[in-house]
Amino acid sequence: MTRDEIFDSVREVLVDALAVDDDEVTPEAKLIADLGAESIDILDISFKLEQAFGFKIAQGELFPEGVTQDPEFVEGGKVTDKGLGELKERLPHFDFTSLEADRSVGNVANIFTVDALVDFCERKLQTAA
Amino acid sequence: MRWMWIDRVVELIPREKLVAIKGVSLAEEHLHDHFPATGGRPALPVMPMSLIVEGMAQTAGVLVGHAEAFREKVVLAKVSRAELTEDAVPGDQLRYTATIESMTDMGASTKGIIELIRHDARGPGAPREIGRVDLMFSHLDNNMGGAQFPEHNFVFGESFRTLLRSSGVEIPA
Repeated sequence: MTRDEIFDSVREVLVDALAVDDDEVTPEAKLIADLGAESIDILDISFKLEQAFGFKIAQGELFPEGVTQDPEFVEGGKVTDKGLGELKERLPHFDFTSLEADRSVGNVANIFTVDALVDFCERKLQTAA
Repeated sequence: MRWMWIDRVVELIPREKLVAIKGVSLAEEHLHDHFPATGGRPALPVMPMSLIVEGMAQTAGVLVGHAEAFREKVVLAKVSRAELTEDAVPGDQLRYTATIESMTDMGASTKGIIELIRHDARGPGAPREIGRVDLMFSHLDNNMGGAQFPEHNFVFGESFRTLLRSSGVEIPA
């Protein structure tokens, strides 16, 4: 499966799960800020990706859980070095550039882009192959 | 008190499928307000579609709750799709078929078909599909927001247990 084909499938999943238009799903679109995803949508997207690609997604594999609530990882509303390390380890499919520039906890959701989702699926498919 | 929008469970395949029925009755108060006569138009009692969606939510919710022996607080989190093409009127019977599409510790997604059975002088007609309602459920205690809820399972209370008992469905211990 080429990256373009993966992107097309991811776009189809997002259009279905978030009731957005095809052209809103660009690689740089942020799932929460731009496409309006809520927490239940993340579970919905996860189910739909499993069906579209035939792999299994474990709890917390696609999106961090508990990290932003843990005082060890977040201090004074900012993600700590340890927190950033934890996120990077758990979520190798994300680009952390924007979070490195602005460590605000509210900014964590912004790393969750369409492109990150395509990366995630590409990695999963490579592992399964 | 809890509004029950299904009358009986007629089929249950655990973790897979649940079929429930509901008789639409003119004795239901809301049918007199939905829609009342106005001006020159006579009253038009039809089952509100929002309550048909609730009926599917209860059908699918029982199916999802049964899968974990009603230990989880299963709440409706998202109406992924709701399409209804025909009104249900007093005397009609609705048949809700819910199937689980995906399920994890965090929640479940379900697909649902709504059929209508209309009676005439010869008896009940064949069920015909009048809509589809797909839903997402969240297991409250495993919600991603990390919110805490009471220990007591307030979702599956006595009304649901009565429904299951009267339908002959064994309630897991």
